[in-house]
Formats: sequence, structure tokens, C-alpha cells
Amino acid sequence: MSVTIDTWVRVGAVGDVPLLEGRSVTVDARRVAVFRLPDGWAAIDAVCPHRGGPLGDGLVAERCVTCPLHGRRFDLVTGEQDGGDDVVAVHDVEERDGELWVHLT
Amino acid sequence: MYARPGILVVGGGIAGQAVCEAVRDRDPDVSITLVCGEPHRPYDRVRLGSLLAPEGGDVEALRLRPDTWYEDAGVRVLTGVRVTELDPELGRAALADGTDVVFDHAVLCTGSDPLVPPLDGGGGAHVFRDPADCDAIRAAAAGARRAAVIGGGLLGLEAAHALAKLGCPTTVVHLVDRLMERQLDGPAAALLAPAIERLGVDVRLTHASRAITPTGLVFDDGSELECDLVVVAVGVRPHVELARAAGLEVARGVVVDDRLVTSHPKVLAVGECAEHRGVVHGIVAPIHDQAQVAAQTLAGSPCAYAGSIPTAKLKVMGIDLVTAGAAEGPREVVDAAGDSYRKLVADPDGRVIGAVLLGDARGAELLIDAVRTARETDDPLALLAEASQATAAELPDSAQVCNCNGVCKGAIVEAIREGPLGSTQEVVSVTRAGAGCGSCKPVVSELLKLERDGAAEEPAYLCPCRRLTREQVAQLVREQELTSVGEVAEACGAGRDCGACKPGLAYLVSELQAGRFREERHARFINDRVHANIQNDGTFSVVPRIRGGVVTPDELRRIADVADRYELPMVKITGGQRIDLLGARKEQLPAIWEDLGMPSGHAYAKAVRTVKTCVGTDFCRFGLGDAIAVGIELERAMEGLHTPHKVKSAVSGCPRNCAESYVKDIGLVAVDGGWEIYVGGAAGGTVRKGDLLASVASSDEAIRIALAFLQHYRERAEHLERTYAYLQRVGIDGVREAVLDPAEQAALIERYRIAKAASDPDPWRERDAPVHPRQFAELDGAR
Ligand code: SRM
Ligand SMILES: Cc1cc2nc3c(=O)[nH]c(=O)nc-3n(C[C@H](O)[C@H](O)[C@H](O)COP(=O)(O)OP(=O)(O)OC[C@H]3O[C@@H](n4cnc5c(N)ncnc54)[C@H](O)[C@@H]3O)c2cc1C
Ligand code: SF4
Ligand code: FES
Repeated sequence: MSVTIDTWVRVGAVGDVPLLEGRSVTVDARRVAVFRLPDGWAAIDAVCPHRGGPLGDGLVAERCVTCPLHGRRFDLVTGEQDGGDDVVAVHDVEERDGELWVHLT
Repeated sequence: MYARPGILVVGGGIAGQAVCEAVRDRDPDVSITLVCGEPHRPYDRVRLGSLLAPEGGDVEALRLRPDTWYEDAGVRVLTGVRVTELDPELGRAALADGTDVVFDHAVLCTGSDPLVPPLDGGGGAHVFRDPADCDAIRAAAAGARRAAVIGGGLLGLEAAHALAKLGCPTTVVHLVDRLMERQLDGPAAALLAPAIERLGVDVRLTHASRAITPTGLVFDDGSELECDLVVVAVGVRPHVELARAAGLEVARGVVVDDRLVTSHPKVLAVGECAEHRGVVHGIVAPIHDQAQVAAQTLAGSPCAYAGSIPTAKLKVMGIDLVTAGAAEGPREVVDAAGDSYRKLVADPDGRVIGAVLLGDARGAELLIDAVRTARETDDPLALLAEASQATAAELPDSAQVCNCNGVCKGAIVEAIREGPLGSTQEVVSVTRAGAGCGSCKPVVSELLKLERDGAAEEPAYLCPCRRLTREQVAQLVREQELTSVGEVAEACGAGRDCGACKPGLAYLVSELQAGRFREERHARFINDRVHANIQNDGTFSVVPRIRGGVVTPDELRRIADVADRYELPMVKITGGQRIDLLGARKEQLPAIWEDLGMPSGHAYAKAVRTVKTCVGTDFCRFGLGDAIAVGIELERAMEGLHTPHKVKSAVSGCPRNCAESYVKDIGLVAVDGGWEIYVGGAAGGTVRKGDLLASVASSDEAIRIALAFLQHYRERAEHLERTYAYLQRVGIDGVREAVLDPAEQAALIERYRIAKAASDPDPWRERDAPVHPRQFAELDGAR
């Protein structure tokens, strides 16, 4: 029997992610990319559904990231692909006392 | 054996491809098998001549569709295997490799073979039909003192022109007393011969060839033409053996009815192998009409092919020649002046049945359409005059603009509106008009301009989201003295929406503001954030700078040690004369660089890459210039500079060109008495021999001109525009003028110096001074 607990995991400090860049981390055996946006934070699955590209290394704009391998673009709020049908999971991310916390959805 | 019977297309030429496309357009599910007798997937035979161009060519570049098309369309393609037997009754075809294909319907697209007249020694002649023929002709031309082309039709003239361009003196030998007698009348042919001769090709009319001897060509009258290469281009013979053996009715070609069905209901025929109402066509345009009808027949819809008008266009640079329909007839009007000859032919009822345009092909599309629709006119001369003034606007929607791919004006206009499309390139790639021989591209551009109300072509937008061109952003940067991508985003929004243009913006600002530019890493592609090239598995490759391809034993040892120490899965000699360490993890990069102790080779950046060299005077018995020293000097002078797209160079010690200087962005070649500077060469996805920018006496001068060119390109090219694309767009003449003008050259060199001083020759030093404490780290272990 397993119990699901609503866990928030501390993944690092605010200063670990430069502005408009992403960094990835493994949470619960899942690779998650955390992005620092001009007005807050975003977190999505770090693995591109196309061919596994590292989305944390993508080029980041105000609310989307472009995969560095073949340029698929994903909305950081909805996880939806721009101009395509793929979707990546979006996770909760929060800043508390200078620390970054992630909660898988 | 293929499980699901469906449609078998025999022959992967233009016709085979057109049939697959037309069938798939109407039926997404039917199984299609395309059997190509040649070892290639369908390619554009019309552009075969490009394989004879001096700079060479690759049949892959002529492919009609990429591999992905066949995957996406679900067309099974077999290459390099022929159908040896067809049994229409059983619906079964036997292939040369011993396998079978079953079918509900077969479409014969077997095309034709070159005709070789019975000549003594005719076995020594070349034909001009497929890539292997081109290889053979090219090889023979390299050692030949003179070539003869038998046949003064379209194909013969094209072959002769290609041979002359390869530097081989060439004579065209023709049986009758005028060139292209099937398409031209006497006066037009009389004008064509001197025009061909002006291109350096001799023309010998009324000469019947009798024999090919080791020393040349012997004619019926006993006279001889000395030559050591003979190409025969006298016509083609439809490939009908398969059909005949299958019991189908065959005349000159495989006989088909108006539905393109042969004498057996399960078998159709399309293209050069088919004979319809006694006519066998030897050109592309009818193929597209026929493929549509064949696909309709297969889909069970009623349809009828009423034949096509023969048209011809000579694809020889510098000669405008277009013909359609009959060259002679009951009523003829001619508008001739100097070197131009324009003629319209009408029947007794005043219906247009033919046109000949030589030296001035204006209005060709309109006149071809008039022939095709048998337009009625009571004043043919007025129609000719009107055509010469006609703009694309006046063309009827039905007028075929691209004869190679069968695209009419209406389809182009619709695609532009629907797109909406903004540049000729886009229209060509969407409609395929202009993707064949390319002669209709000007009309495509004109149509685009019309649709856009005369507005200039849509510029390549640097920021497509905000529709801002490079020049518009540049103006803003200059006026407001912006020094970073963030400031540009603030000022005009560029880079905020999708972010794709940020690297381009970063280059632009850095180029305009040289020393004052403020770097922001979020504007850089991952490669330029960590100074290595990202790989398919998320690891990175490391290419240290190895100037001129010269490396010391000690450097080799360090490279080997690094590969061992970091357990890198692969060490590879690159195509750029350097060494690639592949499979490094991001966090290993700073330590790897430290242990290598060599600067970055910028192999990941839109920047100056390699300068390849050959051994030159140091070691080579042919060396005329010190390629190694000059190459290293050039690399030192350029390295660290970022550029609109990557810049690769080479220095060769003599015209044997062992460092491949002719196909580099910048290539130096030592010649007797000095150096040549070539620019805009390419040997990647595009193959192009560079333009000769200048010939100078000293290597110092050559380097100076190379640097002035580099700076000129840095300042003017669009983001991601290689030098070959840039030069093709703007032409070499203006560039040469700018780069060689003493005052302008000095100014360019001065700006180059400022840029060079502001550039970072070795970004790998960020191992000691990272721009961000966690530049190379993920979050793992940050907790
Ligand atoms: C490593 C190397 C292949 C090799 O093992 O030999 C290589 C590897 C790549 N080439 Fe190349 N090219 C390499 C020599 C070439 C050459 C030959 C040369 O430089 O003499 C060419 C033809 C010349 C040219 O540049 O056009 C070449 C034409 C291309 C092109 C086609 C460019 C074009 O405009 O046609 C691309 C694609 C692009 O740039 O958009 C490309 C792109 C790439 C990229 C960077 C693809 C990418 O964006 O990730 C490859 C990186 C693979 C990786 O995982 O690291 N590579 N590539 C060679 C590195 C040379 C070096 O020492 O710097
Ligand atoms: C150099 C050159 C320049 C030309 N320029 C022009 C031009 O400017 N404009 C123009 O309109 N036309 C031009 N043409 C003519 C044009 O290329 C042809 O009309 C057209 O390519 C014919 O296409 P096709 O598919 O009917 O036949 P093909 O191109 O001959 O294709 C038939 C294919 O079927 C294969 N095949 C035959 N038998 C079998 C079998 N039993 N099993 C499997 N495969 C088989 C053959 O190997 C071949 O690949 C030019 C031709 C040449 C050679
Ligand atoms: S040719 Fe170049 S781009 Fe293509 S797979 Fe090889 S290295 Fe990669
Ligand atoms: S792996 Fe992301 S776009 Fe291909």
C-alpha cells in the first residue's frame, strides 16, 4: 500500500538560476526544468517529448521555451506546444525565503 | 511480396513521382509502390546539366522530394531494381532481384532511352541522360582537347554549352541545315547559330556523321573533325520493352487512350513512354497534365486528357528562347529587330497555334497560354506587341507559369494570399513554381509584388513576431545607443515573444556597438552559454583551436590525456582539420578546458571557425605560396570574431586547391606571382564555387582584402545568411567595389580592428571567471 503525500521539494536557491534561463533537477525520479522569468518562476518536465532534448537548456522568452535540439516551442504556463500537439507537464514552483521549492503535479 | 495490392508505379522519373503525388492527393490510404530502375530516388532530370557545371554538383541536390516525403506519404520506394516482367492479368510484377510485387493497377512511367544512331565506333560515344553519363562526360572532358556533340536540338545545345563551360573547345554537329529545326523556323534558327557561337561553341550544319575513330568524327562526305570526346544527343526512344512483353499495344510508345489506360484495363502509362493520339512527348509539362488524369482514372472519376501543346525553353545562359506549338503555319506575323525575333502563328480562322520568341522572350507565358487555349485574334501583331508589354498582372489565371512543375498563375496567387507569403523563396518552396529549371522565378517575384501592392519583398525579419527587420532594429540601436538585447526588447519588444531572435539581436548589437556591448547570456543559444556544441543526447562536444590544422605532439598528448581522464566516448578528426572530443557533460567542461590548455575553436558559434591549410611551399613539390604560415596568420587575425553565420576559410599553396579554398567562405590560393582571394564558396548543403574577389601580389595584401571582406559581410548580411547566400543575393560586383576601393577598404579594416579588439579570443577562460557562479551547473546537488 502506498500513500501519496503532497510534497514540496526544495531544489536550490533563487540565485542558482540566472534570469531567463533554466536549470534542471531530478525530483522523485523525474527530470524537471526550472525557469526564472522576469515576473516569477516556471517549472516543466525537462525532457522534450520530441526526441528527449533538454528543455532546461532552451532559449527562454517571457513565457515560452524553445528546445535546443530541434526548436519545438512550449508554453511555460500551459505546457502546450506552439504549433503542434505535444504537451509537457507543468509543475508548481515557489520561492520562499530565497529558496526554490517544486511540487510535482 | 507486398501484402496489400494497390498501385505499382514502374519507373522513378519525373512521371513516376508526379503519379505518386497525384494518386496520394486523392487517396490517402491506397498502397503505393514505386520501383526505380536507377539507383536514385526521383530527381529532376531537367536540371541534370548542373552536374556538368564547372563547380560540380550532386544528384542529391536534384532530388524532387526528400526522404521524409516518402515516409510521410507512405509510399514504398525500391531503388536500383527494375521490373523485369509484368503480368496484368494476375496483377503481378517480377523484379530483377527475384521478388514479386502484386498490384491492382500498374502505371508505366518507364520514360525513354537516348537514341544512338548506327555509327561505326558508336560505342565510344557518350549520351546525356542520367547522372552516370554526366560523371563520364566530365571525366572525359578533363583530358579532352576538343569535344563534338552530335545533335543540334535543345539537349545537344545544352550539352555543348556545358562542355564549353568546362573549358573544353566544343563543336555541335547537326544533320540538317538549321538548329532546333523541330521548334524553330529558318530565320530564328539563323539567328540562334551565331548566338551559340558567341558562347564559344562552334556550329557545323548539314554534316552527317558516319564513324567515330580514335582521332575524331568522320562525316559522310569523308571530311573529319578532330576530337577526343563525342556526345550523342539526337533524340530519345520510348522504353517500351516491358509493355511489349506484357502483350500491351505498342506503337512508338505505349499506346494509351484519353484516360491514359493502355490496351489492358489494369495498366496505365504516363510520361515519355506513353503515346497518346499518336503523340509521344519529350518534355515535362505534359507529364503533370497526364499524371492528374491518370490519378483521376485510378480514383474512378471521369476525366479525359486532350493532349498538350509542345513547348520548349533553351536553358542556356544568355540566350532567351521560348517556343510553343507550331513554328510555321497559314498566318504568320513577325516582329524582328536586330538580335531579337518574335513570331506568332495563327490558323486560317485567326486562332493562335504557335509562337517563337528568340532574343526577347517577354510575355512568353501569355503567348504560351494563347497557344494552349487557341486564343482567337484578328490582329496577331497587336497580340505580340501586347505580350511584350504584358506584366504578370495581365496573365490569365490559367497561364502556366512554371512549365517544369506545372504550376499556373492562379495557384501561385492563391498560395501567396493564403500564406500569406512574403518572399519569392517562400513562394517557390510552397508552390514549387521555380523549383525546376528556375527560369520562371522572375514571374513568381512579379506576382508576389503585385499581390503585395507593389511593396518590396518581405524582408527577412530579424524578429518575425514584431515584424522588425535587421535594418529597423539597427536604426533603433544607433539612435538610442542601446547596448544590450534587454534594452532592445525594452525599446521595441523584439525578443520578448518567442525569443528565437535573441541570438540574432545579440550579434547585431555587438557588431554595432563593438566595445560597448553588454552581454546577456539568456540571449544566447545554449552552445554560446557554455561554449560547446550540444549533441543529440544533451552532452557536448569540445573542439580546441588548431590553427591551420597544425598541432604539436604535446597538444596531442594533452588531448589524449583529457579523453582518457574524462572517459569521453569518442575522439574524432573533424572535416575542418581539427579534433573533436565528443560526449562531455556540461559540468565537466571547465575542467576539460583547463587540462587541454588550448583556446576554444568556436566550433559551436556563429563565428570564425577554421582556416584549413595544405602543406604549401614548406613540403609540397608544387607549392607556390606558404599556405601554412599564411593560414595561421589569417586564423589569428580573424579568430574570436562573431559573424552573421559561421565563416570557414582555407589557404591552398597552389591551384590544385588541396585545402578546398574554392569552396570556403573565404579561400586564398597561391598562384604564380601572387595570391587569389575567393569568397562565397560553399560545400555543405549548398555547393558553390567562390567568386574571385581579387588577385594580388603579396599574402599581406591578400589577408588585408580577406579581412575587409569579412568586415563587409559582418556589417551587412542578414542573421544566419552564409557568405554564399549573401553574395548570391547582392552580387559580387558591389562587394568587390566596396572592398577594393582604397578609402572604403581602410574604413572597413579600421572597423574590423575595433571589433577584433572587443572580441573574446578565448571564451574558455570563463572556466576561471564564469559569468554566473552556476554557469555550468544544473540544480542537482544545489540543495
Ligand atoms: C564536427 C563536424 C563533423 C565532423 O566530425 O567532421 C561538424 C559537425 C556539425 N556540423 Fe558541420 N561539421 C563539421 C564540418 C563541416 C564542414 C566541412 C568543413 O568545415 O570543412 C561543412 C561543409 C562546409 C560548410 O560549412 O558549409 C559542414 C557543414 C555544415 C552545415 C551546412 C551549412 C550550409 O550552409 O550548407 C551545417 C548546418 C548549419 O550550419 O546550419 C552544419 C552543422 C553542424 C553541426 C554543428 C550541427 C549542429 O548544429 O549541432 C554538427 C555538430 C555535431 C556535434 O554534435 O558536435 N555543418 N560541416 C565538423 C567540424 C569541423 C570543425 O573542425 O569545425
Ligand atoms: C539533360 C536534359 C535536360 C532536359 N531539359 C528539359 C527542359 O528544360 N524542359 C523539359 O520540359 N524537359 C527537359 N528534358 C526532358 C525531361 O527531362 C523528360 O521529358 C522527363 O524527365 C521524362 O520523365 P519520365 O519520368 O517520363 O521518364 P524518365 O525520366 O526517363 O524516367 C523513367 C525512369 O524509369 C526507369 N525505368 C525504366 N524501365 C524500368 C523498369 N522496367 N523498372 C524500373 N524502372 C524503370 C528509368 O530507369 C528511369 O529512371 C531534359 C532531359 C534531359 C536529359
Ligand atoms: S553531416 Fe554534420 S549536421 Fe549532419 S549528422 Fe553529420 S555532423 Fe551532424
Ligand atoms: S528533442 Fe526537442 S525539439 Fe527535438
